[in-house]
Amino acid sequence: MDVSRLTRIGDTEWRLEATGAMRVPVVIYAGEELVRDMDEMVGTQASNVATLPGIVRASYVMPDGHWGYGFPIGGVAAFDPEQGGVVSAGGVGFDISCGVRCLRTGLGTERIQKKKTDLADRLFEHIPAGVGSVGRVHLNDEAMTAMLRGGACWAIERGYGVPADLEHTEERGCMAGARPEHVSHRARARQRDEMGTLGSGNHYLEVQRVAEIHDDRAAAAFGLSVDEVVISIHCGSRGLGHQIGTDFLREMTLDAAHRGLALADRDLACAPIRSDVGERYLGAMRAGINCALANRQILTHLARDVVRSVFSGADVSVLYDVSHNTCKEEEHVVDGGTRRLFVHRKGATRALGPGRPELPETLRDAGQPVLVGGSMGTESWVLAGTTDAMGLSWGSACHGAGRRMSRHEATRRWRGRELVRELSARGIEIRSRAMRGVAEEAPGAYKDVRAVVEATHRAGLARKVARLEPLVCVKG
Amino acid sequence: MGAGRAELFPHGADVGVRGRGPTVGSAFEQAALALTSVVTDPAGVVSRERSVVECEAPDREQLLVDFMNEIVSEMSARRMVFGELEVTIEGNRLRATVWGEPVDLERHAPEVEPKGVTSTELRVAREGDEWIAQCVVDV
Repeated sequence: MDVSRLTRIGDTEWRLEATGAMRVPVVIYAGEELVRDMDEMVGTQASNVATLPGIVRASYVMPDGHWGYGFPIGGVAAFDPEQGGVVSAGGVGFDISCGVRCLRTGLGTERIQKKKTDLADRLFEHIPAGVGSVGRVHLNDEAMTAMLRGGACWAIERGYGVPADLEHTEERGCMAGARPEHVSHRARARQRDEMGTLGSGNHYLEVQRVAEIHDDRAAAAFGLSVDEVVISIHCGSRGLGHQIGTDFLREMTLDAAHRGLALADRDLACAPIRSDVGERYLGAMRAGINCALANRQILTHLARDVVRSVFSGADVSVLYDVSHNTCKEEEHVVDGGTRRLFVHRKGATRALGPGRPELPETLRDAGQPVLVGGSMGTESWVLAGTTDAMGLSWGSACHGAGRRMSRHEATRRWRGRELVRELSARGIEIRSRAMRGVAEEAPGAYKDVRAVVEATHRAGLARKVARLEPLVCVKG
Repeated sequence: MGAGRAELFPHGADVGVRGRGPTVGSAFEQAALALTSVVTDPAGVVSRERSVVECEAPDREQLLVDFMNEIVSEMSARRMVFGELEVTIEGNRLRATVWGEPVDLERHAPEVEPKGVTSTELRVAREGDEWIAQCVVDV
């Protein structure tokens, strides 16, 4: 991005003033190099978001921001229903409630290293991953409705996990306000055989070693110490969420035209929060969140079984589960008063600061764990939400490294099999059926996750707690 | 299936699919083949099963999005891949006959799963003596 268009506010804050139809400015949090590396479309898309009715304060871009559709990936925007605010299907995206769940294993790196190949093979055998993979749980319409209402709680009631898993899951595992009756037959059909599957693209299950601790107190609260091994699962609401997105993007696009709302981009498709379409979308989207929570819960159960089959007696517990494609109704302080806002985070992680009532007692002093997935074969991070972020970005932070190169370009530069060999030589076992998919996810196709995390930390959006290094990656 | 060609084009996070052909229908056919090529080589898909897709939209661009989304949904809900299509467009209505088969993990070696079709870089237009139909697919 051409930085001469922006006003620099500080080391990691840039502003694009409101012009034309923009109701608020764009605020980008990133160091200079990351901003220069962003596509011009990030600025265009964030400016388009700033034109939407009822937007409050600013259209924000996180340090891993990149060119998406409608909203930029890494885009955060809050809307006030009392000011005609909207909810946007394009602002959540197709992969509703895509997120990361991190599990502690209680195992040390040395123990894992001795059986790493066996662990990788068994995870690959038991975790359904990649296009066309089928889960072990098949749902009829009645069971589907119960799952869409109950989320991870539904999964646990059916034996996929233990109640303690819910304590450290966003929304305690069950998103309130889900309306399964607004989820189409087509969306249900796409999900029938997909419960407990990872999906493809950038979705993965990774076994990781805690390589560094940056904040002892928060690490203790999160139960992390150097050389311990964790498992991170990155996936979302699968075919069901994709179809909810498809259904409502279309309906909202046509509805906006009827209402005479000129959208700068069709993918900004939105409807007033207080409207029939808006309310139906929120009900369906919350059902999609429950689908993602149930999906990650089933995958947790499968991963736990595999770990115990290799290391008998291993105690696998949930560190946290947080989504990065959602719209959530939250209380925030605006101009000294408290308002209920609908916060869209598209490729941005909720990062609630200490003291927030949404957090469980055990995490209320440290702040919410923010799980940041790196690119395959590099590193991931655990951060903690800050009080400052509540004012800076509605309590939001980065979600990953962020792509710096198209999939197209990545497949021209790298070959999947060579990458798997190279990473294996560095001690990282990759398991995947999709070799072109591996090339598309090559570490070099992503920004430097460390630079993204540093910018997030310096900007005050979240603070560094632990750096994780991959040992095994089952790639979707 | 009419003449034309299927192409992929780069996008920041996802993938662009483009069809070119002498008629708008053939451009749509090629765009759908480009979508298949994101998943597997269309030449390796055997035409075992036939199904019909029908859509109607207020304009041609939305018609392309709707048609491509129908294909994505069929691929996902019925675990199909498609290698042959015949598209007829009259005004803002589309009728397509598509041939394909259930995905075979060994033979098709599917790479990436399309989630949905966006309106980013969306274009249906005549360029010289050919039609072009393109959009970006979230994968």
